[in-house]
Amino acid sequence: MSSADIIALSAAEAAHQIATGALSANDLFEAYRARAQADDLNCFTWLASAGGETGAGAAEDLRERPLAGVPLAVKDLFCTAGIPSQSGSKILAGYEPPYTATAVARLQTAGAPLLGKTNQDEFAMGSSNENSAFGPVLNPWDRERVPGGSSGGSAAAVAAGLAPWALGTDTGGSIRQPAALCGIVGLKPTYGAVSRYGMIAFASSLDQAGPLTRDVTDAALLLKHMVGRDPRDATSLRLPTEIELPGREDLKGVRLGVPAELTGGSGEGDAGGRGADGREAGIEPGVLDAFRAALGLAADLGAEIVETVSLPHAPHALSAYYVLAPAEASSNLARFDGVRYGLRAREGATESDLLEMYERTRHDGFGPEVKRRIMLGTYALSAGYYDAYYGRAQRVRTRIAEDFAGAFAEVDFIVTPTAPTVAFELGSKTDDPLAMYMNDYCTVPMSLAGIPAISIPCGLSDGLPIGLQLAGPAFSENELLDAAYALESALGFDGSLARA
Amino acid sequence: MSGWPRNDRCRGGPGTIGVAAALECPTMIDREQVLHVARLARLRLDEEEIEPLARELSAILDHVAHIGELDLDGVAPTSHVVEIEDALRADEPHECLPRAVALAQAPAVSPDGKGFAVPSPQA
Repeated sequence: MSSADIIALSAAEAAHQIATGALSANDLFEAYRARAQADDLNCFTWLASAGGETGAGAAEDLRERPLAGVPLAVKDLFCTAGIPSQSGSKILAGYEPPYTATAVARLQTAGAPLLGKTNQDEFAMGSSNENSAFGPVLNPWDRERVPGGSSGGSAAAVAAGLAPWALGTDTGGSIRQPAALCGIVGLKPTYGAVSRYGMIAFASSLDQAGPLTRDVTDAALLLKHMVGRDPRDATSLRLPTEIELPGREDLKGVRLGVPAELTGGSGEGDAGGRGADGREAGIEPGVLDAFRAALGLAADLGAEIVETVSLPHAPHALSAYYVLAPAEASSNLARFDGVRYGLRAREGATESDLLEMYERTRHDGFGPEVKRRIMLGTYALSAGYYDAYYGRAQRVRTRIAEDFAGAFAEVDFIVTPTAPTVAFELGSKTDDPLAMYMNDYCTVPMSLAGIPAISIPCGLSDGLPIGLQLAGPAFSENELLDAAYALESALGFDGSLARA
Repeated sequence: MSGWPRNDRCRGGPGTIGVAAALECPTMIDREQVLHVARLARLRLDEEEIEPLARELSAILDHVAHIGELDLDGVAPTSHVVEIEDALRADEPHECLPRAVALAQAPAVSPDGKGFAVPSPQA
C-alpha cells in the first residue's frame, strides 16, 4: 500500500486493514511519522523517533488489540511518562512527568502507539492556539488563519493528515471549536466519562478529554477505549452503557431543538438577526447558511426540527464561564511556583527571598492570557467579591443546567453552529480578549451543564469549514454518535483537500 | 461588542434586580487594585503590564457583571454537574512515588538529596 493510500484510510479503516493483515502497523506508523516530521503547521511539540518507545508495545503484538496499532497524537497537557508534557507553557519547559495520564495509558493498552504531542494554547486557555509558548499553529485550509483552540495542534494535525486521530481536552469548547475550524469531528463527552488523572488542570469542574477525528466512527472507536471509572479521579464515572460504533442511517423520530439564543434568531426569515432578549449571537451569515442547510438535510432524513425550544439563560453562559473557569484556574495554577518542577527564576532573586522567587518565576513563566485569567480569577475569589462573582456564576450554572433539562423534555438533541465564525486570520483578535472569548459562545453552555456535545463538519464558507454542534443529555453519547453519523453520511463533507 | 448581553444597569436601563454592591459599575480596576490582586496571585508584573491589565480586567468584569441582573434568589449553586456515588476508594496503603523520581524534575534539591530546596531566610 502506498503512503497516499495509507493516509487516505480513516483510523477505523486502518485498524481493520491491520487486523486483516492487509497493512502492517509499522508501515502505518512510519507513514504518519514521516508526514508529522515534515509538519510545517507547527502542530507538534514532540514527535516519536523511528523505532522509539511508543507506550503500546511491539508492533507485531498490536494486530490483536482493538486499536490495532493506529498511532495517536496527544495534546501536550496530557502527562506522558518520560516525554515532555508542557501544556504549551514556558513554565513547564522540558518537564517530563513520572507517570502517564489514564486516558493516554488506556488508549496505549488498547493498541494505539503515541505518535507525538501536539501544540495548544498555554494551559488550554485560548480559542486560536496563539497563546502557545511554542508559537501558533496554522490552519491547513488556509495558512494565514488560526486552527482554533485550545486543542489547535490536535485538530490541525488530524485535518492535515499528520495523525490519524488525536486526543484533546475541552473546558469551554477547546475540542469542538478547533474541530469546527479545521473541518473534522470533535467530541466532548459527559463530564466524568473520561478520567482527568494526568491532565494538567485548567478548570477542574469543566475539563474533559475527548477525541478529535476525521469522522464520527473514529470518534466512537477512540472514545470507547478512553472512558471509564478511574480510582485516581474521584469525579470519573462508569458510563451506564458501553460506547458502540454508530450505524444509524436515518433520523426518523429524532427531535432536534434549535434554540434561538444560540442560533442567531428564530429561523423564520430571521437568520443573522437577534436571539432572545434582543441579544445578538454574532453568528456569521455564511455559518448560519450552512447550519440551516444541514437542518434541511436532517429533516430529509426524518428528523423533526423544533424551533420553539429555548435556553433562556444561555446568553449568560459566557459570563458565568469567564468567572468560574479563571477562578478555578487561578487556584489550579498556584502549583507552578518554581519548587517541585518546571521553571525557577534565579536572576535577581536573592537566596533569602522565597516570595520573590515565586513571583519572578510566575512572571517569567506565564504568558499574557494566562496572567490575565489568573488575575481575573484571583480577583473574583478575593474577599468581598466572592459571592458577587463566583457565587452568582455558580447559580447561573444551575439555571443553565435547568434550561437544558427543560429542553431535553421536549427534544432529543440541541443543535447549533459550533462556532460563530469560520477560522479567522492570525493576529486578528489577539488585542481584544473579549472578541476572542466570543468564539466560545455556542460551546460554553454545554460545558457548564456537563453534557456531551459533538461537532461535525457541515460545509464550507469561502473555502473554510463550518461545524455543526449536536448536544444531548448526560450519558447520551451513543445516541449522539448515531445521530451525528446519520447526518455525516448525508452531508458528505470532503476533508481530503486539507490533507493534500 | 456583539454577543455579550449589554449591561444596561449603569446606563439607566430598566430592570435592575437585587444587584450585589460589588457589581455596581462601571467596573473600574485601577492600578492599585491590579497590584493588590497580583500580590495575592504571587505574580510580579512589569510596569508596562499594569495599565493594559487594568483596562482589560475592567472591560471583562464590566461584561461579566450583567449576571448581577438575573434574579437568582433561592437558586442553589452548582459546583459539580453529574451525580457521583461511591467516589471514595478503600483506604488502603499503596505504593507512592519513589523520592528520587519525585525529586528528578526539581529545579533545586537539598544537599542531602532528600528534599526540594528553596531560598531560605536562614541561608
